[in-house]
Amino acid sequence: MNRPFAPITPVATDADSLPALRIVTCGAVDDGKSTLIGRLLHEQDLIFDDQRAALVRDSASRGAAGDEPDYALLLDGLAAEREQGITIDVAYRSFATARRAFVVADAPGHAQYTRNMATAASTADLAVLLVDARKGLRPQTRRHAIIASLFGLRHIVLAVNKIDLVDFNQTVFDDIARAFGDFGRSLGFAAIHAIPLSARHGDNVSSSSLRLPWYRGPTLLDHLETVAVDDVRADRPFRLPVQWINRADADFRGAAGTVAQGRVRLGDPVAVLPSGLTATVARIVGGNGDLIEAQAGDAITLVLGDAVDVGRGDMLSATRDRPPVADQFAAHLVWLSDEPLYPGRSYLMKINHNTVPATVTELKYRIDIDTLARLAAKTLAANEIGVGNLSIARPVAFDAYADNRDTGAFILIDRASNDTVAAGMIDFALRRATNIHRHDQTVSPAARTALMGHKPAVLWFTGLPASGKSTLANRIEAALHARGVHTLLLDGDNIRHGLNKDLGFTESDRVENIRRAGEVAKLMTEAGLIVLCAFISPFAAERRMVRDLIGNTAFIEIFVDTPLAECIARDPKGLYRRAQAGEIKNFTGVDQPYEPPRQPDLHLSTAGTDVDTLTARVVAELERRGLFTTD
Amino acid sequence: MRPPVPTPRLRQLEAEAIAILREAIAEFARPVLLYSVGKDSSVLLHLARKAFYPGRPPLSLLHIDTGWKFREMLAFRDRVAARTALDLIVHINRDGLARGISPIASGADLHTQVMKTEALRQALQQGGFDAAIGGARRDEEKSRAKERIFSLRSAGHGWDPRRQRPELWRIFNTRLGPDETMRVFPLSNWTELDVWHYIRAEGIEVVPLYFAKARPVVDRNGALIVVDDDRLPLRTGETPRLTKVRFRTLGCYPLTGAVRSDADTLDAIIDEVRDAILSERQGRLIDAGDDSALEMKKREGYF
Repeated sequence: MNRPFAPITPVATDADSLPALRIVTCGAVDDGKSTLIGRLLHEQDLIFDDQRAALVRDSASRGAAGDEPDYALLLDGLAAEREQGITIDVAYRSFATARRAFVVADAPGHAQYTRNMATAASTADLAVLLVDARKGLRPQTRRHAIIASLFGLRHIVLAVNKIDLVDFNQTVFDDIARAFGDFGRSLGFAAIHAIPLSARHGDNVSSSSLRLPWYRGPTLLDHLETVAVDDVRADRPFRLPVQWINRADADFRGAAGTVAQGRVRLGDPVAVLPSGLTATVARIVGGNGDLIEAQAGDAITLVLGDAVDVGRGDMLSATRDRPPVADQFAAHLVWLSDEPLYPGRSYLMKINHNTVPATVTELKYRIDIDTLARLAAKTLAANEIGVGNLSIARPVAFDAYADNRDTGAFILIDRASNDTVAAGMIDFALRRATNIHRHDQTVSPAARTALMGHKPAVLWFTGLPASGKSTLANRIEAALHARGVHTLLLDGDNIRHGLNKDLGFTESDRVENIRRAGEVAKLMTEAGLIVLCAFISPFAAERRMVRDLIGNTAFIEIFVDTPLAECIARDPKGLYRRAQAGEIKNFTGVDQPYEPPRQPDLHLSTAGTDVDTLTARVVAELERRGLFTTD
Repeated sequence: MRPPVPTPRLRQLEAEAIAILREAIAEFARPVLLYSVGKDSSVLLHLARKAFYPGRPPLSLLHIDTGWKFREMLAFRDRVAARTALDLIVHINRDGLARGISPIASGADLHTQVMKTEALRQALQQGGFDAAIGGARRDEEKSRAKERIFSLRSAGHGWDPRRQRPELWRIFNTRLGPDETMRVFPLSNWTELDVWHYIRAEGIEVVPLYFAKARPVVDRNGALIVVDDDRLPLRTGETPRLTKVRFRTLGCYPLTGAVRSDADTLDAIIDEVRDAILSERQGRLIDAGDDSALEMKKREGYF
């Protein structure tokens, strides 16, 4: 035991000892990505005999044309892919030559391209961008270069493929290379390297081609084996996002995590963020025992000498050069989900081991990834990229993505489906949370409550149109008023005629409608009222957003559960009839879904029960919760 | 031959795997480590000890015993469990045993389905585990190449390859819906060669079956089956012959072919793996046949 990880001088040409170079291959559908990778593996004798036999068998059985096996089958691992002859998902393939090890992420070039390439690019060191020499730069070529640049890739190889089909013509190659160079420089790549090659015939893949005497540069493989992708993380200020607290025994308490940036030595002072408290590093614990220092990339456990509070999601940092701490920031978003982005909706953000409620407060623009033009946008659909402001429920520490690809990145998760819906890259903090101080008010909510003689609350009635929400809320308000309770009734009608008259009934407008109603209800509870809110509020995410806003104790979700057939039969305003006739669009229950609450605080099945009974149930529940007394 | 020290490459893979293990412990209520006794499991267990050092890994080990594991594997398993002082859960599908399911009588497909896939589902269900950490690698097989590091399983433990969550950077979406579970693969980015380099660098003990030795072998359709005990009925004309063989991968003994080899040291194994002309899973008879065989098993919940 106790063998510290001593720094090792790497042997520069040893594939066994150096970390693999992570490559993403990209290009339009027919530009020959799979053929290129297959050719490379074939020339390096890296396809196992049983895999080759399976490849030949599968190529034949799928009627692949020609003399060569269909190398795409090596990477298309899923049955559906081989059946349909398309690539669905990112495949990772490891291989090593005598000089270097590689992990190639092959991102398919079909409809979901942006999403797949984003996934592959997020962990890549270098992009190989294929172009067909006959076709030159195409919109996809530019698009892929833009995505590579957005994800912070610094190195790009432009593989000008099918050079045999333009008779190995130097002018064609030079024109493509020059055009791409002009474009690529504007994207800020550190190095662009153009190579003429033929993936099908092997020219310049791993051996120089006699048919390209005018090209004096390296082959593709030579270049990949020798290109230096500098890791500058170790030279930056120390950062360690805390992943887990290790309580090995009663006396041991360590903050475990992977060093994201910089170095840490025994005795170094470190800051704990967001709290800003400082402490000294008392021990650096590795997998076998104590270390004297650790650097970017090491998974360690730090014991701090002073009794400061540290938890998962905190960031340990150098005391001098600290990361920003904020609850609002501007970021680039790549939308991954088929369900579009709704500004104002509550998502979960996972960032630096925190999972926090988050909303896109303002979508500033969408980026046209073919031209880089900024387009006005209210939403983002799948595979679209935009820039917006985000707000999160509590401040976290992070870096700008341009400074660190780990501590500046986040994902957004849908609260109902748990799907990963967006990838985000932070541009900058909008304001430092440490500078925001709410003005201290002399009269506190507790003081107002005392004067009222009862506690404030929000009774949130949700249900289909014509389910009886307003009728019920109205009757309950009357009962409360009779008991001397201070109330206010908010419903879709009175809010939409005033505060929200600028909003329609699209999904994004419905989200905003509920957000504003929630904010108004919150102000009313601060005034000490019991607020009755009757809104269809069809989406679970928005109801949850209001719950988060109001707080779990004061928010009481009441599901007014009336069967759709019954609502249609009642239809007091004739709205169902008009919706079914197609005269009203986006009508809940007809052409827009209603997501019933899974666990409402009160579930009122209205069928066969009269309003008085239901009213009594609600009042009894409020009584049980102690709302009619002050503490 | 290089000295046995962790190279930068191994250090990077090790740190990545440790971060994945810590994330699983931080995010799940009841994770379990699937311990198959093979070399990848040995590496995984070693990494778990490092990830939570100086504490003990806050994990139980789960071994799915099909009833047809090599005797050396079971002995090794019990020794490791005793030494690490971790809780070892051994699960066998009693119902399958009662039905007389075996690779000999029932064929490889049914045996795998009942004694491995169904058994794993039963064990995860009974233990109430919400995450199962395993040693699968992307370089083993092409459908594994597309699997996520944190890979969601439906309420019935099924895998839907077309509905996988995109996995960006090193940020893992660990959210589960009702009755869903997660499979977690810390060794996703390791290769077979990395595993052996790491075993040598860290001095990790593995089952002796990985080292070449003269063993009684019968040749069945090109697969070299080691006769572990008298449970394997010999076909007419079959006589076990002592042959120097080793295993690249270990499963149920009638279903795992050995390879002819003289590699009886770690150095020799590393040389052999580096020069291999056949893939690692060629010894697994259950993958043969359809080119989607493993994917189909995984969809049903196979590891």
